[in-house]
Amino acid sequence: MNSNDKISTVDPSPDDPFAAAFVEEDVRGRSLWLDAWHRLLKNRAAVVSGVIMIIMLLLVLFGPLLLPWEGDFTDWDNTSSPPSLETRHWFGTDAVGRDILVRTLEGGRISLLVGLVATLVSLAIGVSYGAVAGYYGGMTDRVMMRIVDIIYALPFMFFVILLMVVFGRHIVLIFVAIGAVNWLDMARIVRGQTLSLKNTEFVEAARACGVDHHAIIRRHIIPNLLGVVIVYVTLTIPQVILVESFLSFLGLGVQEPMSSWGALVNDGAQDMESAPWTLVFPAVFLTVALYCFNYIGDGMRDALDPKDRL
Amino acid sequence: MTLSVLTRLFLACSLLGLTACGERDGDFGSPREQRSTPVELVLLEDGQPDPSVLAEEQVVYRGNGEEPETLDPHLAQGVPSSHILRDLFEGLTTESAGGDLMPGAALRWNISRDARTYTFYLRRDLVWSNGDPLTAADFIYSLQRVLNPETASSTSRSLLPIQNAREVLAGELPVEELGISLLDEFTMQITLTGPTPYFLGLLASPVAFPVNRKNLEEFGDQFSKPDKLISNGAFVLKDWTPRVSIELQKNPKYREAGLVLIERVIYVPTEDRSTEVKQFRAHELDWTYEVPNNQFKWLQRHYSYELVISPWMGSYFFGFNLTQEPFIDNPSLRMALSLAVDRQIITDKVTQFGEQPSFALVPPGIDGYVPFSPEFADWTQEEREHEARRLYEQAGYSDDKPLRVEIRYNTGDNHKKIALAIASMWKQTLGVYVTLVNEEFRVFLQNRKQKVITQVFRVGWISDYNDPYSFLELFRTGNGQNDYGYSDSTFDALLDEVGTERVRARRERLMFEAERVLMSDYVIIPIYSYVTKRLVNPHLRGWRNNVMDHHPTRNMFKLNSKDTGEQL
Amino acid sequence: MRQEGILRHAAVRLLGLIPTLLVLITIAFFLIRMAPGGPFDGEKILPPEIRANLDANYHLDEPLLQQYFRYLGQIISGDFGPSFQYKDWTVNELIARGFPVSATIGGLAMLLAFFLGTLIGTIAALRQNSAVDYSMMGVAMLGISIPNFVVAPLLILVVAVYAGWLPAGGWDWSWQRMVLPVVTLALPVIAYIARLTRGSMIEVLHSNYIRTARAKGLPEWLVIRRHALRPAILPVISYMGPATAALITGSVVIERIYSIPGLGSYFVQGALNRDYTLVMGVVVFYGIVIVVLNFIVDLLYAWLNPRIRYDQAP
Repeated sequence: MNSNDKISTVDPSPDDPFAAAFVEEDVRGRSLWLDAWHRLLKNRAAVVSGVIMIIMLLLVLFGPLLLPWEGDFTDWDNTSSPPSLETRHWFGTDAVGRDILVRTLEGGRISLLVGLVATLVSLAIGVSYGAVAGYYGGMTDRVMMRIVDIIYALPFMFFVILLMVVFGRHIVLIFVAIGAVNWLDMARIVRGQTLSLKNTEFVEAARACGVDHHAIIRRHIIPNLLGVVIVYVTLTIPQVILVESFLSFLGLGVQEPMSSWGALVNDGAQDMESAPWTLVFPAVFLTVALYCFNYIGDGMRDALDPKDRL
Repeated sequence: MTLSVLTRLFLACSLLGLTACGERDGDFGSPREQRSTPVELVLLEDGQPDPSVLAEEQVVYRGNGEEPETLDPHLAQGVPSSHILRDLFEGLTTESAGGDLMPGAALRWNISRDARTYTFYLRRDLVWSNGDPLTAADFIYSLQRVLNPETASSTSRSLLPIQNAREVLAGELPVEELGISLLDEFTMQITLTGPTPYFLGLLASPVAFPVNRKNLEEFGDQFSKPDKLISNGAFVLKDWTPRVSIELQKNPKYREAGLVLIERVIYVPTEDRSTEVKQFRAHELDWTYEVPNNQFKWLQRHYSYELVISPWMGSYFFGFNLTQEPFIDNPSLRMALSLAVDRQIITDKVTQFGEQPSFALVPPGIDGYVPFSPEFADWTQEEREHEARRLYEQAGYSDDKPLRVEIRYNTGDNHKKIALAIASMWKQTLGVYVTLVNEEFRVFLQNRKQKVITQVFRVGWISDYNDPYSFLELFRTGNGQNDYGYSDSTFDALLDEVGTERVRARRERLMFEAERVLMSDYVIIPIYSYVTKRLVNPHLRGWRNNVMDHHPTRNMFKLNSKDTGEQL
Repeated sequence: MRQEGILRHAAVRLLGLIPTLLVLITIAFFLIRMAPGGPFDGEKILPPEIRANLDANYHLDEPLLQQYFRYLGQIISGDFGPSFQYKDWTVNELIARGFPVSATIGGLAMLLAFFLGTLIGTIAALRQNSAVDYSMMGVAMLGISIPNFVVAPLLILVVAVYAGWLPAGGWDWSWQRMVLPVVTLALPVIAYIARLTRGSMIEVLHSNYIRTARAKGLPEWLVIRRHALRPAILPVISYMGPATAALITGSVVIERIYSIPGLGSYFVQGALNRDYTLVMGVVVFYGIVIVVLNFIVDLLYAWLNPRIRYDQAP
């Protein structure tokens, strides 16, 4: 509801004593969003996480530009060397002499990008699918959700692996593969929300006014889904980042010389005793980012819809 | 609250990171290295160990890489299965612990003057593990089986030197037409298409192992299961739980059972290199398949006693696709790229395990063969890079017009690092723009074979037998392995001559010349020759380093422990 | 009334198995064959005649559609075919050996995750917004913030190599070899369940009938056990389906690193080696497992929640 909506629809007439009661008044209702924002700010975990994520974002975007090393420069004199100030490799180097700090930051770009894009893909598919199913209901809904059930039964990870095996390791493919397999939850949630929204008064009213279905979906259903969707997006991103790291473990993740936190962590895990800095630094970044996303997501969920527990 | 949780987490991690700085020497508590020392090895007159030094339990646990696809000796490919098969079976010839050729099932043999006919005289008291007598007929049967096109054995092509083998495999001749014949119960003859000095060595490999006819007829393709398999080697198959273990037990009917000291050997599949090392350190394995590449320095420091490194008959190199741009008809560009690679850095910093930088195709270590060495092998790397730049410009490239090239490799930690190193060297020395393409193994092989999109690709070749020919034949025109598109009539002619040359020295000279022709065309960029690297329990003895990396368990034994008296 | 509803629901769901499986089989079948390279490609190239023979033996020379129907016919009789890669074994044999292992580890991990997760979630909910709440949830979240291929080698290093308490890997059905894999596998699921339980429990604890129960003077633990637990667990129950899927996929890493002969790594190896029959066998098998499990979860949910309706009228 628009915060500037006016309630009254009756024209006040000066000699009608009761008309005064119907005088238009601007309803400055507190918008849902403002409410939510305030609640979010009160959640300390979410706020701290938000700040950390912003810092991290700045670091991964601009950090590599400020550092003396490039991500693919091999410093042969300093292979597998621990962090030190003299060599100017503050996070140490990997087995071919590449600086871990730069690699971690550049890897962050890829990880966050994958997280974002794959989530958006699953969002696009899931929201449209779920909204349509929920809104039209009846047989359409039955069939569409049946399809979801069937796909849900497929061992998801296996299909991602198969897709990667079939189509190769292009980074775009990683986005698509992860996103396309992930949209089911979103579709289900959106459908549920749509179903309940469909039966609310304002939608009924819009229908009574003769607004057509597409417009209703676009202007009434979808904006009210945003809350749920935002929560879901924030909680999916860390999942996706983990899936990508899993693919890296299998040798199916992003291609060299690009790297992701998952790939870096996987490489580092092999040498956890002999070169722990190759593991620790990317792992810390990865873990902190995942924690933050989860706290922000939880915070958003608490803020936007305190009754809704996924 | 949350802040404290996050702070605590961060602090913990920074502590971890800080302890990581500087020298690592078991900060997380020292590894469980209660190393007990083995007793001194005392040998008796016949070369066998004195029984008093032997451990009570003679059991060996060997890490064996991937799960073998089969234990049918005629169908098995891959190194893991070959180790097990060498314990289960024995061919006409066999190898000593040091890799030298020895009589196996055959007591002795004659070779005709033209080196094309071999007559084998089998021992007369051989039996299968079920007591059936083992005669020459079994070997005839087995050779016919492996070369029968219906068996569809992929290793059978090693036996192509046998007369008519090619035609039999192609289905053009019946299997009876093979150049093998039974002279009497214990004598057989094999006729070859031409002199093949490595033929006797071939007979010691799984493709030439005998299989029991009754065994096959009774069980069909299930014959290689435990409690069914009949074998003639030092061990029999006791148990096989896929991906858990394969257990072999000593075969009391083996001809030299008295000399075999190990009672049981358990082969444990180990897919993850790091975990395998951990299993070794936890005393669950006596022998690892390999070790992870990055951990050389660490292993050197903490497990130098157990770490065994030894030259291996294999070559690691990168090939050019000569049928496409930019490498078609461009030997000077190819030479430039080869010169710009600093092999010393790769072997010192990337592979680290003592691999030898290589400038030739054939690795060192083959008896009597001196590998080719180009002139620039003796230059310094600066000189090479200088010449590389000159040739690069001569080929028409410069900083304004850099070469753009793809290096293709299959998924693997080592391969990735080497490809990265080469890409970086080419970029820093010549200004070449390299795209690294990492492909999954099957895809990689397919692309390599098709020769359409490949440009520079990785090749690793472990020899089938101890002869330079196994490397050279890869480059023959039309050879199925010729992914380079190399076709040189001089080279082919030389190889043909090699196939008919009887005199050893002359044969080697021909091969040397062939290698020279090949290398002067800069078809490949040799990087290093392989080494085997593994961890071995110091109590385990009897094995010897050999260039083919064959280690049959029958030579091994376990020593007692000095301090505790109990064997670990 | 309710009994009828459940039975009808059950029957409908069971029938729904069939189209699901059919889709599953078809997609997997064609997908794996689309992958470049084949099962018989190797570093050492096969002579063409051998290759032809191998293809004929495994019916790879037939048109794809024919192979598909042949395979369907085989599956109906329960025969998944021979493994291309492990030539001495049939896929049925491999699954028969691998599944009990995966199921044991997965099942134990699920139990552990369920109990530990609900415990943590409940305690956190009871002490909502306190230090206990934050720290317990913080630790639980580690499960979904550190990839399991980091946790696993770390555990092996610390517990098996340094301390020597447990074996470093491998499998022989002894409980010692189960501990580390089960724990590693359970961690992410513990995190999710803890979260779910906490949220759900908080909501339940604020509801009216809990207030009534407390007002009646019931001790707190009785309130929880008799009134709060059941409704609070509901979201966890419906999570069990996806949780199983998570366990199945997590098992791939666990099995590889701990050297455990389960089905997950058969699948990955099979996909990488183009072992068509093995891949198909594992996919179909898991599909059945997931569907059956979802079905059981549905029933469980219905039994626990008296308010569920079966008709899906819009």
